[in-house]
Amino acid sequence: MLGYIFRRVLYMVPTLFGMSLISFMIIQLPPGDYLTSMIATMSDSGQAVDPAQIERLKQIYGFDDPFYLQYLKWMWGILSRGDFGWSFEWNQPVSGLIWARMGSTLVISLLSLLFVWIVALPIGIYSAVRRHSAGDHVFTFFGFIGLAVPNFILALALMYVAYKYLGLSVGGLNSPEYAEAPWSFAKVIDFLAHLWIPIIIIGASGTAALIRILRANLTDELHKPYVVTARAKGLPEYKVILKYPVRIALNPFVSAIGWVLPHLVSGVTITAIVLNLPTAGPLLFRALVSQDMYLAGSFILLLSALTLVGMLLSDLLLALLDPRIRFN
Amino acid sequence: MSIHETLGPHSKPPLTVDGPSISPLKQGKTVSTAAIGPWRLVAGKLVRQKVAMVAGAIILFLYLVGLFAEFLAPALPATSKPQYTYAPPQGISLFVTKPDGSTEFNLHVKGYKVEIDKAALRRTFVVDDNKVVPIGFFVKGPAYQLWGLIPMDRHLIGPISPSDPMYLLGTDRLGRDVFSRLVYGTRVSMSVGLVGVAMSLILGVVFGSISGFYGGWVDTLIQRIIEVISAMPTIPLWLGLAAAIPLTWSPVSVYFVITIIVSFLGWTSLAREVRGRFLALRSEDFVTAAKLDGSSEARLIFRHILPSLTSHILAVVTLAVPTMIVAETSLSFLGIGLKPPVVSWGVLLQDAQNIRTVATAPWLLIWPSLAVVVAVLSFNFFGDGLRDAADPYDN
Repeated sequence: MLGYIFRRVLYMVPTLFGMSLISFMIIQLPPGDYLTSMIATMSDSGQAVDPAQIERLKQIYGFDDPFYLQYLKWMWGILSRGDFGWSFEWNQPVSGLIWARMGSTLVISLLSLLFVWIVALPIGIYSAVRRHSAGDHVFTFFGFIGLAVPNFILALALMYVAYKYLGLSVGGLNSPEYAEAPWSFAKVIDFLAHLWIPIIIIGASGTAALIRILRANLTDELHKPYVVTARAKGLPEYKVILKYPVRIALNPFVSAIGWVLPHLVSGVTITAIVLNLPTAGPLLFRALVSQDMYLAGSFILLLSALTLVGMLLSDLLLALLDPRIRFN
Repeated sequence: MSIHETLGPHSKPPLTVDGPSISPLKQGKTVSTAAIGPWRLVAGKLVRQKVAMVAGAIILFLYLVGLFAEFLAPALPATSKPQYTYAPPQGISLFVTKPDGSTEFNLHVKGYKVEIDKAALRRTFVVDDNKVVPIGFFVKGPAYQLWGLIPMDRHLIGPISPSDPMYLLGTDRLGRDVFSRLVYGTRVSMSVGLVGVAMSLILGVVFGSISGFYGGWVDTLIQRIIEVISAMPTIPLWLGLAAAIPLTWSPVSVYFVITIIVSFLGWTSLAREVRGRFLALRSEDFVTAAKLDGSSEARLIFRHILPSLTSHILAVVTLAVPTMIVAETSLSFLGIGLKPPVVSWGVLLQDAQNIRTVATAPWLLIWPSLAVVVAVLSFNFFGDGLRDAADPYDN
């Protein structure tokens, strides 16, 4: 097992390298850089631009260096001292800006994953056992809707319903009066009251997908001879189902971390922009628009790394559950 | 593959050639029921799936709407009528009641009257049941050029007097007809999916074939690249790529770059599918036979292997289209995809960004969303059906 973990972690290194390269390429794509857009804004507003100062800034940030040198400098900063570069727009180090945002992204993604599991498990079992019942059709219908409605449209629709019929203003993770307040019991309640909307929105499509997979897997298992044997031996029905076939059909729940997590992180990004949540999404969006390259690049890199860690976890859990995987 | 291919090169093939095979003995097609070609089997299996057929019909309908957008839309998408801002949708009625109490057939919509909203202190339009705006089919309306070529001024439906208001799905902030804009948006949004899928098809088939056919380090390298790309969360990646489009570019070039961006992530699943099929087919007898016959590698790939997985590719492609449509819609919604004056479903949803606007004019959110959801659902159902039908010999 240790050897497997080691191999698997080693495997991540080239993937991470590729991701960092793609992240850096993306933020280098726009023509010009933060300096040129800053100079343009300054001359637009009639401010004098001091050529000496521009030269000095260019020197500091290395905008004239070739691509690979800029990339190497950035990577070296991250690897040697956890320095993700400088945010030009906020005028502070990137690392000071991203961690809180990445933390909330992680929390919301994990809570959404939990939501997906908790909702998909009973519904999936029900749909497989009572195939083609009215309940199954209802769940299948909602499942397809959940798959088909893009996150941001669901967010808008829920916001509209909450605003129009419940009189709530949804958006953010705290009401304005708690935004700056220290954590207290009341703030936690307020936080939870805001949390359910993004979690439902982000989890919807993942839940729908998982229900479909569980239903299909369990349906296959339910007709296997060992189930018939268990039933013939007189096991109570709930035990027949829950004890063996469900356990086997559960594999996709674990492997789901691998593909649901990138999906959830994507969902968090766009939903957060619509709902204005203090996660990575809105900040990444602003950074991209204003060409704040190191901030944007670090976000893309870290979000990718987050999904990679999720895949690693799901692979390890699968290997733990199913010894055959380890030895292949 | 059709049946005789599996028999090897020396056994005499039956004269029932109706598939992607080559046969030197193609004299006068005699199709017997004993061996139906694979395409007819696929089609037959597909037709039996009712949901997939309905979904396919909806997809066809949406593309037809996109094709004839200029004719189907009663107004031009950019025409704004400031005197009708945020006008609510009107329903179509068939009969009018005359002053003497009798009813008469007269296709019409109801006009508007202005009310002052005392709470919000602004004008609002409400549908006035007493005003009748007669409408008709094939009426003269604003002049346009069909496909930019044929000058016309007939519209499928519209008010008989062009100055009358007819807004079946309401109007937006500038008094533009939402229905017409939705129809024009259908053309852009549905075609983004098609063009994007065509591009990822090329990428996916090329890389997938190379990967599956040659194996070895080429395969490993391509698989690693695919792994990296598919592990990255799509939306941050799309955001990054779309934000790189210079603001000064023309709408047409932005359109093409957006489709490239959208297909940049879509090709990976296709490449995987193609690779898997290649690996399976590489050791089939008919491939070995062709190789021994002295076929070149290109001929092996394009003439012998690829035709046998066309139906699978078709299914994967259909299932990839909705992702592309959602991607375009999301990017345009955020304001970094397609931009006005281009009209797409995402651009329309941009007007629904503000929740207060949606509260006063919910039709700005409802109709474009509905269009997106219907399109995505139809592609999913149709693709599922196609996937089930893709392997006609599997039962």
